[in-house]
Amino acid sequence: MIIAVASGKGGTGKTTVATGLMLALRDSGHQVAYLDCDVEEPNGHIFLEPQCNESEDIYIEVPEIERDKCTLCGKCAELCAFNALLVTSADVIIFHELCHGCGGCRYFCPVQAVRPGQKKIGIIDRGTAGQAVFVRGELEVGTVLSPPLVNAVKKNQISRGVNVLDAPPGTSCPAVATVRGADFCILVTEPTPFGLHDLSLAAQMASSLGVPCGVVVNKAGDSRGLIENFCLQEGLPLLMKIPLSRTIAEAGSRGVPLNRAEAGWDQMLLNLYSDIEGLIMSERAYGNQR
Amino acid sequence: MKIAVSASGSSIDSAVDERFGRCAYFVVFDEKTGDTEAILNDGVNAAEGAGIKSAGLMLRNNVDLVVTGRVGPKAMHALLAGRVAVYTGAAGTVTQTIEQYRKGSLNPLGVPNARSHNGISSMEKPVK
Repeated sequence: MIIAVASGKGGTGKTTVATGLMLALRDSGHQVAYLDCDVEEPNGHIFLEPQCNESEDIYIEVPEIERDKCTLCGKCAELCAFNALLVTSADVIIFHELCHGCGGCRYFCPVQAVRPGQKKIGIIDRGTAGQAVFVRGELEVGTVLSPPLVNAVKKNQISRGVNVLDAPPGTSCPAVATVRGADFCILVTEPTPFGLHDLSLAAQMASSLGVPCGVVVNKAGDSRGLIENFCLQEGLPLLMKIPLSRTIAEAGSRGVPLNRAEAGWDQMLLNLYSDIEGLIMSERAYGNQR
Repeated sequence: MKIAVSASGSSIDSAVDERFGRCAYFVVFDEKTGDTEAILNDGVNAAEGAGIKSAGLMLRNNVDLVVTGRVGPKAMHALLAGRVAVYTGAAGTVTQTIEQYRKGSLNPLGVPNARSHNGISSMEKPVK
């Protein structure tokens, strides 16, 4: 099973929920993997203190031009949607930082003058956090293209057991790459107008991807039903609330997971998991009838 | 020599646009023939690399010199590689800017004077 934890707005508590859920499952005997797909700022390791023993460099294909074959016809530059190539009267200039690694320039070059080069976009660390599998991606500084790295992290999912994917914030390509293909998406929000706005975007993203989702409200307090009303309107299940609590906030700032901050959270998180299991089952049984 | 001015419209009386990558048009003046021609900048809505696309447009139209306001690092690299001279200080209309250039009162630009994605912050709908 694959559970993605996403948010829209940053800083709502994705990692709090993802690491908490993973630990609760692990400690109750589930096979579980935590995959940090927030490759621009991975921080799950702070809470999980994993032992990483393996590291892999991740590359994308970038064009290299064989000057003796190139006729400067300009087809590659014309084709590139990201303007990563410019053909002058004397040369082909390549802007690697704009290349998304699709290989189109190589494929369509009429004289096979483009050969595949490699550009490192980041690394993947693999290890364990107790009995759980731990994987994280870390984007190379100065690189802006993270979806291929997110996908490389996701290749490490375990086939039996529960994969918890800690998504990047936002609803753009890296978040989409993380949530795509998940069985369920937990949307973590905070009960503020800003939180609600981005929650609504994130819910639209999950729904466009065909991934069923539910909401966890973090830093919950009296917000006059702001998130509750939205969930009712949209037919989104409200799965759990984590109160605005100094104890939890202080624990978080020291890298202490939710489960260790206060008693009772292990059980709450296991309940969250069984609710999700139920929602996935009913989605599979009835979802296509809606 | 062909001189291109980044502009918000397609005529020689159009206001200049300081943005090289994301201007609506380039108005090109051919010193040899005295003709002017407007080129629609199709890079204006590019998600990324608008300046590179504009530079490609200059090369395809055999422009020798560009007068604009701001040029980012990638566009500058592309223009230098294509041996297109860059002048900054475009102001007023296209005609006024060309006059300023011919009087020698504009400055050549050798290094970028804007950051990446600078044009996006002041992006407007292209003038049709």
